[in-house]
Amino acid sequence: MRPADTLAFAWQVVRGYRARTLLILLAMGIGVAAVVAVSSIGEGARLYVMNQFGSLGTHLVIVLPGRSETAGSMPGVLIGKTPRDLTLEDALALKRSPAVRRLAPLIVGAGDVSVGARNRETPVLGSTAELMDIRHMEMAQGQFLPPGDPRHSLPVCVVGAKVAAELFGTRRALGEWLRIGDRRFRVVGVLASQGESLGFNTDEIVIVPLAAAQALFNTEALFRVLVEAKSREQIAYAQSDIEEILRERHDGKREVTVITQDAVLATFDRILRALTLAVGGLAAISLAVAGILIMNVMLISVTQRRHEIGLLKALGATGRNIRLMFFAEAVLLALGGAALGLAVGKLGQLVIGQLFPSIPFTAPWWAVIAAPLTAIGTAVLFSVAPARRAARLDPVRALSKR
Amino acid sequence: MIRLSGIERVFHVGEEEVHALRGVNLEIERGEYLSLMGPSGSGKSTLLNVVGLLDRPSAGHYALDGRDVTGLDDDALSRVRREKIGFVFQFFHLVARLTAEQNIELPMVLAGVDPAERRTRLARLLAEYGLEARARHRPDQLSGGQCQRVAIARAMSMGPTVILADEPTGNLDRHTGQEVLALLERVHHEGGTVVVVTHDLEIGVRAHRRLRMVDGAIVSDERS
Repeated sequence: MRPADTLAFAWQVVRGYRARTLLILLAMGIGVAAVVAVSSIGEGARLYVMNQFGSLGTHLVIVLPGRSETAGSMPGVLIGKTPRDLTLEDALALKRSPAVRRLAPLIVGAGDVSVGARNRETPVLGSTAELMDIRHMEMAQGQFLPPGDPRHSLPVCVVGAKVAAELFGTRRALGEWLRIGDRRFRVVGVLASQGESLGFNTDEIVIVPLAAAQALFNTEALFRVLVEAKSREQIAYAQSDIEEILRERHDGKREVTVITQDAVLATFDRILRALTLAVGGLAAISLAVAGILIMNVMLISVTQRRHEIGLLKALGATGRNIRLMFFAEAVLLALGGAALGLAVGKLGQLVIGQLFPSIPFTAPWWAVIAAPLTAIGTAVLFSVAPARRAARLDPVRALSKR
Repeated sequence: MIRLSGIERVFHVGEEEVHALRGVNLEIERGEYLSLMGPSGSGKSTLLNVVGLLDRPSAGHYALDGRDVTGLDDDALSRVRREKIGFVFQFFHLVARLTAEQNIELPMVLAGVDPAERRTRLARLLAEYGLEARARHRPDQLSGGQCQRVAIARAMSMGPTVILADEPTGNLDRHTGQEVLALLERVHHEGGTVVVVTHDLEIGVRAHRRLRMVDGAIVSDERS
């Protein structure tokens, strides 16, 4: 029997039993659609988290005072105990590393910010001009902190969009003076609204020069140093250089924790990938169920079509011909189901994408390939038994029973 | 052409052994028109199934066109069957979802005959059996006589060595039965070998060679 004829024969069977075909298409379609939709939700969540981390800055290495045994857990600075402070001199020394492109030391505190009678408490960041590039900040108006010697204090500040609105109302903030504690600063820039970016809401902060923050909070200790490596490949060198330089400066003691954005990213990436795989796998169970349904339907079909199978054998069909016919039928059904499922899954993905536009829902390539392949695989696998049964039918008995 | 020697066929029904065929010896020559008669359970159909390679004898030898086909496996039997045997059944056994022409084409499809060749043969068969107007009808849109004509055309599509007809008129009225019989006789007149199994004496006597079976054995073999 020619392959094209086998296929044509199976196609006639598929068309001939409409209700049965629809039922199987539905089962297969739901299975495939579930895998595609669920895995695209997982993948969307992963990409969303990755983007959030990405907006923190690229090739970022973060230096925290205090030593922590496991990277990622909060170092001692939060409980106020640290062997030796991380200072501005430490931070500037890091520029010796050839792997470092730029860095921004950071001091964080809470300040009473007031303009006239209006007053509010906001986080105050002390840093340098480089912070803007490292953190990918954008200005709505004016300039960021002016570049220059970070040891030198200038009475200027940059305010977040919300702070500007609350303190100045409808008035133009740029060029105005505000008071933090007992010091006065001139507003040289307003940050563009960026919203929350992993804990830092840039809309609600005031940024002042590092030296000013040191005086304001009466401390030399840096909260952390943000370092940007020259490239992705340089991150590891930057990390080891930083550790080396700081150990030298701290009498050979390791008193800082250096975490790389990559390490954090990689961890999240792994977790979310595993999650996506897990829920995708759960959805794949429905494919197995669809496979079993196909088997049942095929077995019933063998019984229903005893006459026909017996006749085909009498007309000279070999066992192989009959098996191939059943396989072809199963594959056709699975292909139809997979196509239907992919379409429905894609549609579902679009609908969810409309509901949550901020999350980039995309079905991962492996799901788009694996789901239909699994569908076809289960269909073929589960049609082995019915096909064998059909091929073994005794034509005399199949034909004699009415 | 067909040579059966010492054919036995034993069925096991529960504990019992049923001898459906006992020591059957039979030779059929090319071009013979042969009827096989006998009461129910006499082994007519079993003998027909053995000759048609649908059933295997429990003992004895069967040579078809000079080739011993006794020991062939299922797939080899299928291949011999589609080349050399044409079946016509009492209940027609057409595939309900296929049209008349698709039913006629079926043996050629199974044998892997080239589509162009199939179309040529199909056109000839449709013309020969007067089915051109009905080619695209399904069996449920055909009369019993038309169905049996489709079945005969199907049996002839591979140019078989022998046509085996099991009660070909059993499900038809008398008039239609005569028509169908006439078609089988035409096959014989054109040089084909035809074996008809029947209850009906009137049909049986039309054959040139008449076999009578009782209890699994051939008891008489008349020629005219």
